Amino acid sequence: MKVLACIKRVPDTGAKIVLTEDEQRIDTSGLGFTMSPHEECAIEEAVAQVETHGGSAHVLTLGPPEADEQLRTGLAMQADEATLLETDEEEWSPRATADALADGIDRLDDEGFDLLLFGNESADAANYQVAVRVASELGYPCVTGIKDLEVEDGTAIAKREISGGEEVYEVDLPAVVTVKEGLNEPRYASMRAKMQARRQEIESVEPRAETRAGGLEKVRLEAPETDDSPAEILGEGSEAVPEIVEILAEEVEVV
Amino acid sequence: MSDAFPSSADTVVIGAGIVGNSLAYHLADQGREDILLLDKGPLPDPGGSTGHASNFLMPVEHSKEITHLTRRSIEQYEDMDTFTNSGGLEVARTEERMAELERRVQSAAAWGEPGRLLSVEEIEEMVPYLNTDIIKGGFYSPGAGTCDPLRAGEVMRARADEYTDGGLTVSPNTTVLDLHVEDGAISAVETDRGTVKADEVAIACGLWSPKIAAMAGVEIPLTPAVHQMVSVGPISFFEDYEGEISFPVVRDMDTQMYERQHGNDLEVGSYQHRPILWDVDEIPSIDEAPLSPTQPPLTDDAFEQSMHDALEIVPELLDDPEAGVRHEIDGLLSVTPDGAPLLGPLQDVDGLWSCAAVWIKEAPAVGEAVAQWMTRGWSDIDLHGSDINRFYEYGNSRQFVKNRAHEGFQKIYGIVHPHEQWQSSRPLRTSPFYDRQDDLEARFFEAAGWERPQWYESNEDLLERYAEELEGLERPNEWDSRWWSPIILAEHLHMRDEVAMVGDMGFGIFDFVGEDACEFLEGMAVGRIDVDVGKTVYTPILAENGGFVSDLTIARLGPDHFRLITGGAAAGSDRAWFGSHIPENADVTMIDNSESLCTLGVWGPSAREVIQSVAEEDVSHEAFPPYTAQEVTIGEVDAWAMRLSYVGERGWELYAPMGQGRRLWELVEEAGEDHDVRPVGMGVYGTTGRLEKGYRLHGHELELEYDPSEAGLSFHGIKEADFVGKEAYAEALETEDAATLCTLSVADHAPEGGEPRFMLGGEPILDDGEVIVDEEGRESYVTSAGTGPTVGKHLLMAYLPPEYAEEGRELAVEYMGQQYPVTVEIAGSEPLFDPENDRIRS
Repeated sequence: MKVLACIKRVPDTGAKIVLTEDEQRIDTSGLGFTMSPHEECAIEEAVAQVETHGGSAHVLTLGPPEADEQLRTGLAMQADEATLLETDEEEWSPRATADALADGIDRLDDEGFDLLLFGNESADAANYQVAVRVASELGYPCVTGIKDLEVEDGTAIAKREISGGEEVYEVDLPAVVTVKEGLNEPRYASMRAKMQARRQEIESVEPRAETRAGGLEKVRLEAPETDDSPAEILGEGSEAVPEIVEILAEEVEVV
Repeated sequence: MSDAFPSSADTVVIGAGIVGNSLAYHLADQGREDILLLDKGPLPDPGGSTGHASNFLMPVEHSKEITHLTRRSIEQYEDMDTFTNSGGLEVARTEERMAELERRVQSAAAWGEPGRLLSVEEIEEMVPYLNTDIIKGGFYSPGAGTCDPLRAGEVMRARADEYTDGGLTVSPNTTVLDLHVEDGAISAVETDRGTVKADEVAIACGLWSPKIAAMAGVEIPLTPAVHQMVSVGPISFFEDYEGEISFPVVRDMDTQMYERQHGNDLEVGSYQHRPILWDVDEIPSIDEAPLSPTQPPLTDDAFEQSMHDALEIVPELLDDPEAGVRHEIDGLLSVTPDGAPLLGPLQDVDGLWSCAAVWIKEAPAVGEAVAQWMTRGWSDIDLHGSDINRFYEYGNSRQFVKNRAHEGFQKIYGIVHPHEQWQSSRPLRTSPFYDRQDDLEARFFEAAGWERPQWYESNEDLLERYAEELEGLERPNEWDSRWWSPIILAEHLHMRDEVAMVGDMGFGIFDFVGEDACEFLEGMAVGRIDVDVGKTVYTPILAENGGFVSDLTIARLGPDHFRLITGGAAAGSDRAWFGSHIPENADVTMIDNSESLCTLGVWGPSAREVIQSVAEEDVSHEAFPPYTAQEVTIGEVDAWAMRLSYVGERGWELYAPMGQGRRLWELVEEAGEDHDVRPVGMGVYGTTGRLEKGYRLHGHELELEYDPSEAGLSFHGIKEADFVGKEAYAEALETEDAATLCTLSVADHAPEGGEPRFMLGGEPILDDGEVIVDEEGRESYVTSAGTGPTVGKHLLMAYLPPEYAEEGRELAVEYMGQQYPVTVEIAGSEPLFDPENDRIRS
């Protein structure tokens, strides 16, 4: 089985997000980069499925040259191969990204992948649509928001949590599945795997994308308001109990 | 403990990492009753380096000061129940490193800390998971261990609160906005929770310290730098062991890395990667940082070789199939231009203190020592190597800090020769003699930023002339002769035979002017200062405990005008010491002439003939007696001269305006041609000439931990006038000395045959194989080492307890794993060469 995990390099921010002056980007000076926890689960799932069923796990991203850092994380987590659709620093719209990914996926492997995993949404822009668009372009079925996935004999059973229960989908492979944190517990890469990943070659491919009208256009970013209400330590040990009870009863009104 | 933000406090400590907590605790212990401890971050972990350090303490260093601070810190962590004694192991992969570890054993013995070499088999037994195939041996430090600095901080805050009877206010989540300075003194700290008035403020903000200092217009020279660290686990091997650590911390010295157990994890830290320096303004705030401001993400490519090396030395643990890299950071810590902490008063703002660039392993003791310094003027452990004033007015620029930090980072865990010179940011301070000296192929060493010739390659011809005298004094061993040349010895002999010119020494030169100048200086010095105009006084400067703050020369230029001349290394701290003691309303002005006047020493039997031939004035013995000073005109140059000598020869120190220095040099050089005058280096001035004369050097022989009686500098007796340290000094003169400063010589440089070896300083003195310790617990060690070519011996200075301080007494010195017989030549300060000082006095 061939499994693909698509990921996105995003700034590793704290509680407070600082924007550049033109409000087009997150100010990343002093910050590192990462991928979303959903995507870590996608990589883990790809590797785990291959460990169960045999085959190979492939990690793909569209991004600047520095995004090879995130691809190497995937390799260190035991993915077999990694490919970078190399762009300049500019952020691509979800539509162009999906175009380029679909095109890239076609070019990556003649036989195609059996399972294409995405994070449910990216950690920064959260447009919730790249995976759906890729599935549409490739003509594959797509299920989103998945926290439980089983693959058997060319079929995927995917479960999505809903209020009060869960929805269960059965889709034929090849399929696109977007996953959420909680699907699995992503492994910590071993030191040796990390070292080997650093030495592994990452294929860099020039992306091709059609730019069509009607796509989403970013006007500007707005930083979410941070909650800077102070935390108060009420006390330590049993001494704090009366005050906690009082707050639960009167302010939160749950008791 | 109060939470309300106060409007005033006795003392404000900014920064609640391990250093600030320790300082607040010890200030409370020392009697400060009203202390505000604040931090921008939350407690217990405000987000600085304390929160991510690997928290192990390896006590043995080549620096006595740092070793003693670490040992004292271990005692404190133990006392707070936050220390685990694991032992520590430094392993060698190379023969060169094994020699360095032998030097570690030597330093351990000299500073009174246990430590021994281990064979590969012993290492295998002690740490079964090490790949011993690549190890040649190791140094074991049984006193080493790990600590919990966050818990220690809590204990310290609780104790401070108790000692002050609730007088400690702790204010986390408080951002300092400004420091208010009034009339040159700190007056208040402005924060986002309010402004607190205080006339004593300590900056203990780790790598943010420069930013806070800048608010008061002063500088703390450090830069944030990355120390890469990862944690790998869970490792099944450790599951059989309870507690945080059951195996010694391992330092893999040759790869500049460490591996230490932490519960079920192995922490792997590295200093081998390229230096990664941060700009303090680029460090994200607590809210902006995903982990903490001082824990940015690991720079992967820089860590690649470290992973390779770690996997090589602990393959089994790191290849545990269950284990992964659970935590990985570019941990930010503070790096200074010379690697040592930045402690003490910021002399341009009264009441403002620096307590920065301190490692976890030194922090409790540093807090204690700085608290002592703040409250009573001196610390039990001498901190001269960490005094922030050592960089005063030359080493505070961002560029300097960056260059030196870049260079110094690569020396962490390195094999650093005691005389190794810095290469970056040079030349920085040059005298007007510099170009001429460079033409003469001077080998420049640096002191307090000044370029000083150590010797001149142009004097190589003297080697032949003095071949006979030099026999047996040359150093065949590469380590012993590194940063050294036999030319130094030949220059010395030439000076004793003819005449030499030495300069510039990079002195601190401070003029004190005003009606109260005499009284002020009288109150600062052991020697009598109210002398005739034209006299010079060499005097100890003491702290209240009777220990040495400095030793220096004061000349009286006029009734209300004195000139104080001190060594370059102590110039910044002496300036701070004198400046801070000038009483309010006293008519005393201190003028710093260090960068205005250059100094040229002219010494040797022919010195008078040389100087007389170019001086307008009569410089005969009668007209210009020894230990006096007067103005002289040398050719066209208006100079001022003191007739004294640190090398024990007839001659003068000539002081001239920097602008006329070049001319002064040329005049003397030309006038001395007939006498074959040679420029000679600081190797002669600072070592060979000095040791033959038994002259003491601050920071080597003279420290807070020794008094003038022990140092043999009690010739002033006890004067009538009061002075700082008088009581303790008088007591020291009355009681029997626990140790006496002695000059020893090496009796045999190769007792077991083979290559003769030459000690460099810092080695322990042994009797019967055991390091000698005086009744105050101070080890006997070599304070200065150097060859005396005229006496034909390799000389060592060391403090010895009375039962050993007898001329002719035979002892041993340990050097690089061997013992060498030494003989006590002089007990006390009498010079070995020319004991009557006939040369100086004629």
